[in-house]
Amino acid sequence: MSLIELTGIRKSFRMGDGELEVLHGIDMRVESGEFIAMMGPSGSGKSTTMNILGCLDTPTSGRYILDGQDVGDLDGDELAMIRNKMIGFVFQGFNLLQRTSALANVEMPMLYSGTRAKERRARAKEVLERMGLGDRMSHDPSQLSGGQQQRVAIARGIVNRAPILMADEPTGNLDSKTSDEIMKLFQELNEKEGITIALVTHEPDVASYSGRIMHFKDGLITSDEPNGRKGAQQRDLIL
Amino acid sequence: MISFSEVLKVSVKALMINKMRSCLTTLGIIIGVAAVIAAFAVGRGANKVIDDQIAMFGSNFMFIFTERSAVGSSTPPRYLTVSDAEAIERECSGVEAVAPVVETNLQAVYGSANWTAEVVGSTPGYAAVRDYKIEQGRGLLASDVRAAAKVCVLGRTVANKLFEGEDPVGKIIRLRTVPFLVIGVFETKGQAMGGWDQDDFALVPLTTAQRRLTRNVNTGRVGNIMVKGVSMKALDYLDIQIGDLLRERHRIRPGQPDDFAIRNISQILDARRKATQTMSILLGSIAVISLIVGGIGIMNIMLVSVAERTREIGIRMAVGAKSADIRLQFLIEAVTLSLLGGLIGVMLGMASAHGLAKVMESPPIFGAGVIALSFVFSAMVGIGFGFYPAWRASLLNPIDALKYE
Repeated sequence: MSLIELTGIRKSFRMGDGELEVLHGIDMRVESGEFIAMMGPSGSGKSTTMNILGCLDTPTSGRYILDGQDVGDLDGDELAMIRNKMIGFVFQGFNLLQRTSALANVEMPMLYSGTRAKERRARAKEVLERMGLGDRMSHDPSQLSGGQQQRVAIARGIVNRAPILMADEPTGNLDSKTSDEIMKLFQELNEKEGITIALVTHEPDVASYSGRIMHFKDGLITSDEPNGRKGAQQRDLIL
Repeated sequence: MISFSEVLKVSVKALMINKMRSCLTTLGIIIGVAAVIAAFAVGRGANKVIDDQIAMFGSNFMFIFTERSAVGSSTPPRYLTVSDAEAIERECSGVEAVAPVVETNLQAVYGSANWTAEVVGSTPGYAAVRDYKIEQGRGLLASDVRAAAKVCVLGRTVANKLFEGEDPVGKIIRLRTVPFLVIGVFETKGQAMGGWDQDDFALVPLTTAQRRLTRNVNTGRVGNIMVKGVSMKALDYLDIQIGDLLRERHRIRPGQPDDFAIRNISQILDARRKATQTMSILLGSIAVISLIVGGIGIMNIMLVSVAERTREIGIRMAVGAKSADIRLQFLIEAVTLSLLGGLIGVMLGMASAHGLAKVMESPPIFGAGVIALSFVFSAMVGIGFGFYPAWRASLLNPIDALKYE
């Protein structure tokens, strides 16, 4: 059984009088521990697919089975629970709470899973330290650089021990050096902790960190191929 | 599900970010609650004064006194007499007790102690009319009045001043050199309004007072006549009966002015009661209007807050907040706002009640119940008017909320 199984996913939006279909039948299998990149021009349906994968949005038709559970059967509160326990999100614009410390931002998902204050604090600290932000915990997002903010967002994504991390253009607002650092962090989380990662990007350079690349065009997947990893390639070269 | 104390922390923090806005929003609630507190405190204070006055005069009390200007002009002048009092008791219905009264201030002496007291000459009806109870010994009897006995019943203050702990019953005191046997002591009634001591008097038989202390014996003239009705309602009816009876007895022709005047306690208290009622209604309306306006203010600011923080709502939903969590967060924010207004309102209300009390001439009385009620009101306004914005926030779709700029 795959971790993620999409079968014939269609999604349409109401536009004025008519309906606009943006996904025309997406099929996808993702195994636990994979690192996939979804690529394509804007409007190709990659972000919509990611929103459905992340249980932020529901398909108009088709089946989505996540970890053996048919997501179509779930109501809003159950989807919220899935997002809370199984999926971490990293966005292009970071989406941190303003005027709220890095520590409080990372603690937030645990508020909604009912974790006790003491454990919340301890886990948030531990994860932020792992992200190299041990000395920035009390800073508000406005006092942090873009790279640091994205690390806080990643910390928030993994703090509840979600097995899946979804990243929508996570390097879109970062310079290339910081992008590399963030992508290496994703790679490390994937390899060392076995976190399944789904990434949306339009930059081939960013996608090259993944283990599998899917190309989207006009609401369909046009190609789906394994990728020799960038890190792996470099190791090969050195050897 | 998020814990209550966590939501509270989040809500308070959100309000702290917009301190000025939060305070201005609560203004309506502040004024509303302040009006409630002031209305109750002033109303209760005024009622206390009314109760005190009833206690002072005696319940269902009325009294008749000579209208001096009219007495001078009519011929012959007619003073109130003992037989007027007897006629009232005999002929009017709704009378519980009647007491013709003569009053004079005299020096009372016992041994080396002396004290200037009000000496009241009356009948056994006096204690009934004025609601005095016997503490020691016995009260006045009709036989004492018939015999013009030289006996007296002391108020607690006079007893204390003259006897200082000694048992007064059975002792002889002198009032203007006339010896009187103390037959009893009244239970204390305490101080009336304005610090007037209601226990500073001595009661003697009317006849004795007339013969030995005043000297109006020939005409049977009395200072005034006190009447106790069977109920508060009976007073108005009694008023008319007594007026007719006395006009007939004093032979006053239609068109001629009365040579007496009647006051009853409901007349005395009515004016005050009306003033209090008007004040309460006024404050009550201010309270209702302010609470509604305040509630709408809270609803308005919460709608603004939900719109401003759409993205925050999206983020919270993305990491696992349920609709109920979001709803609770904004609801608690609204209730916190309204309770804050309630708290400030209680303080402001207490201050303004003190100010109003000066105008009303009755000290305000604050009850824990009213203060608790104000908080309940505030919380209800918060819940009532905060629900719609909170409900709207909880209906947001996470995707749309996240994309909101």
